[in-house]
Amino acid sequence: MIELHGIAETALSAAALASDAGTIETVTGPWWTILIPLLPLARVVLCMFCAIAGVKTKLPAWLSVGCIGASFVLTVLAYAMFADGAGEITKGWTWIDFGWGDSPGQHITGNFSVLIDNLTLVWMLFVTGLGALIGLYASEYMEHDLGLGYCRFFAAFCLFVFSMACLVMGDNLIMLFMGWEGVGLCSYLLIGYFYKKPSAVAAAKKAFIVNRIGDLGLLIGIFLTFTHFGTLEYRELFAEGGKLAHYVALVKAGHAGEVPLVVQLIPVLLMVGAFGKSAQLPLYVWLPDAMEGPTPVSALIHAATMVTAGVYLVARFFPLFSCSAWALPAVAWVGALTALLSATIGMAQFDIKRIMAYSTVSQLGYMFCGLAVLTPAGGVFHVVTHAFFKASLFLCCGAVMHGFAGQLDLRRVSGLMRMKGWMIVSLAMLVGCLNLSGFPFTSGYFSKDMILAESFVTPGMAPIGWILLFTAGLTAYYTFRVWFRVFVGPVEYEPGEEYHDDEHHADGHDDEHADHGFHPHAPGWAINTVLATLMVASLLAVGLNFVDRSRGGWVGHMLDDSTAAPIGAAAFVAEHGAHAAEHAEAAGEAAHHGSFLGMNPHAVMFYVSAVFGLVGIGAAFWLHYVGRRTAATAKADALLPAMGPVARWAQHKWYVDELYDFVLVKPLWVIGHVFYLLDRLLVDGLVNLAGFVPRWTGRTLRPSQSGELHGYAAQMALGIAFVMIVVVVLLGAAS
Amino acid sequence: MTLATAAFGSVTLAHYLFVASALFTIGLVGFLTRRNLIIMFLCTELMFQGAGLALIAFSRFHANYTGQTFVVFVITVAAAEAALALALVVLLFRRRESLSAEEWRELRG
Repeated sequence: MIELHGIAETALSAAALASDAGTIETVTGPWWTILIPLLPLARVVLCMFCAIAGVKTKLPAWLSVGCIGASFVLTVLAYAMFADGAGEITKGWTWIDFGWGDSPGQHITGNFSVLIDNLTLVWMLFVTGLGALIGLYASEYMEHDLGLGYCRFFAAFCLFVFSMACLVMGDNLIMLFMGWEGVGLCSYLLIGYFYKKPSAVAAAKKAFIVNRIGDLGLLIGIFLTFTHFGTLEYRELFAEGGKLAHYVALVKAGHAGEVPLVVQLIPVLLMVGAFGKSAQLPLYVWLPDAMEGPTPVSALIHAATMVTAGVYLVARFFPLFSCSAWALPAVAWVGALTALLSATIGMAQFDIKRIMAYSTVSQLGYMFCGLAVLTPAGGVFHVVTHAFFKASLFLCCGAVMHGFAGQLDLRRVSGLMRMKGWMIVSLAMLVGCLNLSGFPFTSGYFSKDMILAESFVTPGMAPIGWILLFTAGLTAYYTFRVWFRVFVGPVEYEPGEEYHDDEHHADGHDDEHADHGFHPHAPGWAINTVLATLMVASLLAVGLNFVDRSRGGWVGHMLDDSTAAPIGAAAFVAEHGAHAAEHAEAAGEAAHHGSFLGMNPHAVMFYVSAVFGLVGIGAAFWLHYVGRRTAATAKADALLPAMGPVARWAQHKWYVDELYDFVLVKPLWVIGHVFYLLDRLLVDGLVNLAGFVPRWTGRTLRPSQSGELHGYAAQMALGIAFVMIVVVVLLGAAS
Repeated sequence: MTLATAAFGSVTLAHYLFVASALFTIGLVGFLTRRNLIIMFLCTELMFQGAGLALIAFSRFHANYTGQTFVVFVITVAAAEAALALALVVLLFRRRESLSAEEWRELRG
């Protein structure tokens, strides 16, 4: 059931024998797998040297692309060698290893060691692959900042890849947590890259602080995992015959009530961590603001990779989630509501990068729903396809922003496709939009369908399915709203806010800075290469769906051999008393329990979701393309009065930020100031009193030091007299 | 009992101590009341001699002559000290052209 058992058994028996010996040496993988995370880390150090040496060329970018590319090659090699394996563990070095007793649960082991199993491989393939591509893109995108800023950018970029690799590849929860915090740190550093811009600094702080809330849940979850299971290493945690396997068996046998409460609580806490990192309700507010960072960062960290860490966490701990009566339904509802809410916000925004940000939040909701409605394959497949098409969408937005001096307002740029040099960007954008909106026979279409169909199949999840289906229509609308406004229609543009105070457009082309001399700056070879590659990749990703069809596509096949295997599905379904374990065969097509309006969801969903998607695209076409004469206005404007205040509310993001400000930030601000006053008056007062008393004493006594000889003499005489009187009285009393 | 013995015999330790304390008190009062540095210095000498007298009286009373030996040394040291102190007074006088102790209050707190 859990394919780690090969090593796990030997590990457990070794643990029984050598429990007091401490570490158990189980190095089964080749040494070079440890290089996958370490190469980017080495690159961080190299970047530091570049910064010290004052490198003013694109050297840091090429080194970064080389290092991450090498990691990608190694990952591919690992995939070729170990796919479908039992999980290879390579130990780098002993990192945390200490005990305080001989009984089980009194020894913490957290080595720097990597675990290569199928779930890890799926993630690492796109993390390193996209990392290298986006690094190449950034080499051109960041060229206006050559020098220290360039080094800083690529150092943080590589540190991110390292942290992400630790998160995904670590073979224990401590390494996962280190990576988890590491990606948070890099996200903070890169959002705040333009540190002279107050909004960027505020966004960076917001991202960091909101993530801390989620991380608290994760951390408590890890503590409880240790106190209950006595280990943080996956191979022991998921071992066959271990505690967790026992609970899964209990749930499968229909005795869900016998699972201890704390075990049911752990996934809920892990879930809170996942919601923070993956920007779900109620912690999603940081992600749209994170768009203040450079666009390559938005593409890599805040769309393709880091934000899927929460999905990875849930997938990795899927057996644990299956043991909890509340965790998966909660994940489903939160995911669905997040998908819907952020889609409605995305519909009303004008900043194209922000629209993409809300669509990311929305699609992450889909992924969580996929996991929660028991198709981890669908959820993870959506992670993979989304990584490609969302990265390319963001990079296209970045190309627009780069070319039009920071212009991102879809009302101010139009008809890009007809301009010289923008064809590749437009095509890549079109492919990305088609994928995102679930246009038939694109990869996004298939991955979304897996989730949609399964939510109608899984008992009790039909409302989730309806919400997601409706959201799919909204997604298609707001995606193609961008496309029809910016990339087709009349040619019209005005430069963004970076135009007047910035010279980086003057790169040898015909850029005269005359009054109306603004010329868009078409992307160069690096950006075009990356966009073309991503466009092809996101088109080809559809093929993954047809590999190993019987096991739910390539991703389903991969997940079968990992902890995210749909074994959890059987457990969950059995627990809800709906059906028995035949569901365990595959999350794909084996069982048809629920139905979609009386039809088989797996068969009919392809048509239904296609209809929803096409209606959305059609609405966007009609409202934003047909008869549009200028960039700024479209037919949709006529609808606004009919919408009443709803449109304005959506444009203001349903005032969620304001609500948080009122409910959380303001009270905390008040409490903070109360504590500040207490500190000033009470704590500082005590300290100041301790300083004041000696000073006051000194000032009072100082006049006695008159400097007059007679004064001293009199004091001395009186003193002696006093001593003598005391002595006489005492002696008299004694005798 | 001769006249001398009779006279001396009637002189007890208390008489010596009375004279000693009288010398000391006169010196103390003089020191506290006078402003002239030389007078004040003389007064310290008076107190000195009062203390010496008490030592000698006690020494005789206890028939232990260590005290008297001690006082001989003290008088020698006092002579040396008097020479020093007078030299200091001369220097102080040269600084302020006055012998008043009130001229000197530089150690005021």
